[in-house]
Amino acid sequence: MKFIDEYRDRGLAEKLARRITDHSTKRIRLMEFCGGHTHAIMRYGVRQLVPETIEMRSGPGCPVCVTATTDLDKVIALAQLPGVIITTFGDIVRVPGSYSSLQQTKAEGADIRIVYSTMDALGIAKANPDKSVIFAGIGFETTAPTIAASVIKASQEGLENFYILSLLKLTPPVMRALLDLGEAKLDGIIGPGHVSVVIGSHPYEFIPKDYGVACVISGFEPLDILLCVNKLVEQIENGKPRVEIAYPRGVKPEGNRKALELMQEVFEFGEANWRGIGNVPRSGLKIGERYARFDAQKAFPLSLEPAKEPKGCRCGDVVRGAATPLECKLFRKACTPETPVGPCMVSSEGACAAYYQFCGLSSPKEGK
Amino acid sequence: MKPALASLRLPRISKVESFCIIYGIRAKIPTTMCLAIPVKIVSIEGDEAEAEIAGVRRRISIALTPEAKIGDYVLLHTGYAIGVVDEVEAKETLKLLEEIASLSEVH
Repeated sequence: MKFIDEYRDRGLAEKLARRITDHSTKRIRLMEFCGGHTHAIMRYGVRQLVPETIEMRSGPGCPVCVTATTDLDKVIALAQLPGVIITTFGDIVRVPGSYSSLQQTKAEGADIRIVYSTMDALGIAKANPDKSVIFAGIGFETTAPTIAASVIKASQEGLENFYILSLLKLTPPVMRALLDLGEAKLDGIIGPGHVSVVIGSHPYEFIPKDYGVACVISGFEPLDILLCVNKLVEQIENGKPRVEIAYPRGVKPEGNRKALELMQEVFEFGEANWRGIGNVPRSGLKIGERYARFDAQKAFPLSLEPAKEPKGCRCGDVVRGAATPLECKLFRKACTPETPVGPCMVSSEGACAAYYQFCGLSSPKEGK
Repeated sequence: MKPALASLRLPRISKVESFCIIYGIRAKIPTTMCLAIPVKIVSIEGDEAEAEIAGVRRRISIALTPEAKIGDYVLLHTGYAIGVVDEVEAKETLKLLEEIASLSEVH
């Protein structure tokens, strides 16, 4: 398939891997921010392919994984209200909240529907005028403009029963928060490709400037990731970290102007609560004044019990890159994809699920 | 030191898989939240378009990419095109990959 198959060429991949191995002399630590990259790196076997000098850590770029338990409790509480239909993207329904999960709440009779697109959620709202349809919006900048577009469409069509619970999060502010913490000790960041299709490369300029860390934006095919790692190694070996785009067929430095306009029209910055990191100011998107009537937070005030975190779960450390899944005592024992304790084992882009699925017990470099 | 080339897995996408991707059937294949795939625009009607991948078609929104034309490839994410694939840059990246690969052969 065009734009996919040519970036999976084995011959090129092997040569690229050799090139990286030949040129990597310093011991470095790279973080892939995006959960999509975590998944791709494990799926294609890239982690085992790079030389011993390169350590790869997963970051906080899996939206389901970084959704705080309090926010999840909020969605569950909304689902329990009479006359409410919750619509959301797949994985989140299986994540355990403090007292229940969406899946369990659904089994108890709540109307919770998994949708592929916010357009489907709009369709459900139109078909159920006597119900309040709430879209639980989790995701990053990739997803934010699609939610903005749905709010604008609902407004244009005069839909009275459509609401958004915005749990949207922003990439650059949390990267700064992580770099400030300093515990992951990063030399380079594999920048999120599809977030950057929307926001461009300029918002990352602070990473080399303020922290001396290299940042190369990558696509999601194996050759894209190897090209990105190659560029990161080159930058770090030369001691000249900067922001580079290794995915120019998708990412422009200025991003997608139309998408950014729609986001600006609908959202305003707000504090967001990140699992494992806590509240980070201006790292989330809330529904702004103009579209306030679509804000589920305002339309359905809730009083919630304090959240309870799952005991022994290290998802918080994993999303900060402070631990790998293998360092968690529950991994592959109490916590498996069938009986997940934390969200990183639920989501296919969570580091724990990716390690579980693709990292064989026999692999000698598993603990790397 | 030689890289562990045996670890490299490079699956081709099957028609079934592409159907699951474009319709977001997550149970069948592991899709991810920030997943976007290149699909070809075959017709346009207002801010909606018919898109195709490997013979599978579906209606998508092009509200975020008003510049998209018939024949363009767009990156499809949760039913919305979030960007138009730059074919010139795509070729440049492949050229760059070939160049880097040829450098590794010198050794």
